[in-house]
Amino acid sequence: MSLMQKHVVFERNSIVLLIGILIVVAIGGLVEIVPLFYLKSTIETVTGMRPYSPLELAGRNIFIREGCYLCHSQMIRPMRDEIERYGHFSLAAESQYDHPFQWGSKRTGPDLARVGGKYSDDWHVAHLVDPRSVVPASVMPAYPFLKETPLKAALIADDMKTLRLQGVPYTDEDIANAEADLKAQVNPDGMTEGLVARYPKTVVRDFDGNPNKLTEMDALVAYLQMLGTLVDFSTYDDKANLR
Amino acid sequence: MSLEETAYSVFLGLLFLYCVLAAGKAVDPVFAFHATIGAIASAAGIFLIVRSYIDRDGRVEPAEINGKPNYNLGPVKFASIAAMFWGIAGFSVGIWIALELAYPALNLGLPWTTFGRLRPLHTSAVIFAFGGNVLLATSFYVVQRTSRARMPGLVTPWVVILGYNVFIVIAGTGYLLGVTQSKEYAEPEWYADLWLTIVWVAYLLVFLATLWRRKEPHIYVANWFYLAFIVTIAMLHIINNAAVPVSVFGSKSYVVWSGVQDAMVQWWYGHNAVGFFLTAGFLAIMYYFVPKRANRPVYSYRLSIIHFWALIFLYIWAGPHHLHYTALPEWASTLGMVFSVMLWMPSWGGMINGLMTLSGAWDKLRTDPVLRLLVVSVAFYGMSTFEGPLMSVKAVNSLSHYTDWTIGHVHSGALGWVGYVSFGALYCMVPWIYGKRDVYSLKLVDWHFWISTLGIVLYITSMWVSGIMQGLMWRAYTELGFLQYSFVETVEAMHPYYVIRALGGILFLTGAVIMAVNLYLTIRHGESEKPAADVALAPAE
Repeated sequence: MSLMQKHVVFERNSIVLLIGILIVVAIGGLVEIVPLFYLKSTIETVTGMRPYSPLELAGRNIFIREGCYLCHSQMIRPMRDEIERYGHFSLAAESQYDHPFQWGSKRTGPDLARVGGKYSDDWHVAHLVDPRSVVPASVMPAYPFLKETPLKAALIADDMKTLRLQGVPYTDEDIANAEADLKAQVNPDGMTEGLVARYPKTVVRDFDGNPNKLTEMDALVAYLQMLGTLVDFSTYDDKANLR
Repeated sequence: MSLEETAYSVFLGLLFLYCVLAAGKAVDPVFAFHATIGAIASAAGIFLIVRSYIDRDGRVEPAEINGKPNYNLGPVKFASIAAMFWGIAGFSVGIWIALELAYPALNLGLPWTTFGRLRPLHTSAVIFAFGGNVLLATSFYVVQRTSRARMPGLVTPWVVILGYNVFIVIAGTGYLLGVTQSKEYAEPEWYADLWLTIVWVAYLLVFLATLWRRKEPHIYVANWFYLAFIVTIAMLHIINNAAVPVSVFGSKSYVVWSGVQDAMVQWWYGHNAVGFFLTAGFLAIMYYFVPKRANRPVYSYRLSIIHFWALIFLYIWAGPHHLHYTALPEWASTLGMVFSVMLWMPSWGGMINGLMTLSGAWDKLRTDPVLRLLVVSVAFYGMSTFEGPLMSVKAVNSLSHYTDWTIGHVHSGALGWVGYVSFGALYCMVPWIYGKRDVYSLKLVDWHFWISTLGIVLYITSMWVSGIMQGLMWRAYTELGFLQYSFVETVEAMHPYYVIRALGGILFLTGAVIMAVNLYLTIRHGESEKPAADVALAPAE
């Protein structure tokens, strides 16, 4: 069989083999990945989407640090049971500012893509401190330390600058006010007009039930309470991004 | 000092200075800790280079002795022992987190012991620490043997082995302290990724340079698979981990990809970590160790050519089957499904090539438990590469996705295929590299085989039941059209299967401990190989 004999070229020359391998393994990725940066359905713009507020971003980083994504997905599939259980299926645009994405791969616990506003802050705090105090059959780990740990946020402006470098549309004003906005979001009695103008739909509350202290619990609950709340599906036009 | 020794000393010296500086200027404590580890490791590296320079006293190990290649086995020995160590550590963490899911109090309420931080520790320890060291050890052994040449480099092979294990330590301690990128199987942060890239380039160079020294005209088939594994993992690693650090003196970075694009890049990486790290690399092991142990040639040379190119071409496309029914465009997810189903063919081609190598030697399965481990590993490979395409079909995936079925599938591949082929290879190779006739006790290998097989069966069957059951419960409706079960009711239903799964894991770990003891006894008390006849004979008068 002559074709098989030609294979000798690869077997006798390591560099030819190496180049052959590189070409063969590059094709699939190129075809599947590159179009996603151009297709309308994957770079759609949807009204309501905005970058995370500084406190939400800090909360998101705690979500990542604790590995929450290992048991909680943030991607609702378009099946009847999922939509009834969790809400409208997830849009591509809803994770457009997520570096990295948090879709997850396993639901040991329920999906969190639209958990925002479903439970009270008190419930979240009680649940994170001791999950079995509110859900007796839960197998979630307890995170009592979040309530005690002060939120380290001195560098949040640097985080936002890094994200801007990658295309998240934070303005100079957003970055200049980052630390002030972060503190303003847990202080409903303070000046919050700027924060709310910069981050529409931002919820301003003392999230962890302890107004005297800005903790990691504040940030994480602020993040959970905004998940899936930005797009208003009563006005969402699902035809707007069709070709 | 040779140029190589000088260059590495200078490089490690500069790295040491950067690490000291970084430890002082660090913006977070974990980065300071890791910079300190880096400084200690660099200093230790310089110390080792200087000490070996003094010890060798101007001499260089000859490439050949009496016309026979003088193989460099030191790094192979180190990586083999490291693999056994990390294997037991990784299996133990796996059991711990399996028990956490059954008994959540075991999370202990501490940051460092929660499931979310220990799970990446488990996956990285078994895949990259155990599997990685097995691949390093066997590839360095196989490429030297099949090229009949000593691996070049005084320092570089050691930089690869030790550097890789330093990466493991930095990654693992990082997870416990909450440093993660949150990309599954690519959790280490930017500085660990950069270090791994350097180590990997050195690995590729050592591997290629050994091939260039080969005395055989042809590159042996196992080395094609090793080469594909090394090159493709480099490509995947660099693209998936592209990130910008917030500060060069801090651990946090942001991945450059976001949303849909990031999901696609991640599972392109993630599935091919399976395809090239856990499959191509271990198929290389199969192509060397099964024929060696069975003392038979590889079944079909043509099949291995087709198997090789078809496998590496098709695997790369399969990633999107992790993203069915998500916000990823449907055409991409369909491509992923179609290629996954096609992948079944080269996978079984490889399995057939491995199994049929035993033609005429099947009787050895009865008497040689090491060969049995190798053959059963190939059988598990066949089983999981059938289950995989099945689960990639959208209709099946809509049920199986997000459930324990996926976990069960992964473990039939990880425990049955990767675990067993690694155990088989180590049982073969450890006696060879230490100059022993065979493993200390074949009886213990037999015990290892049966105990861990029972463990695997418990593991995968319990996960099938719990996964399919949970998937069905999520979509169950009452007669009146309401969802029948709340989420937490489905969690409650998982409990017995989580207990059975943990039991399966304990059996698997027990087998691995037996193996470690057996290998220790082999190295310490194994029967030495008979000295080669040509050395012992006195010259005729």
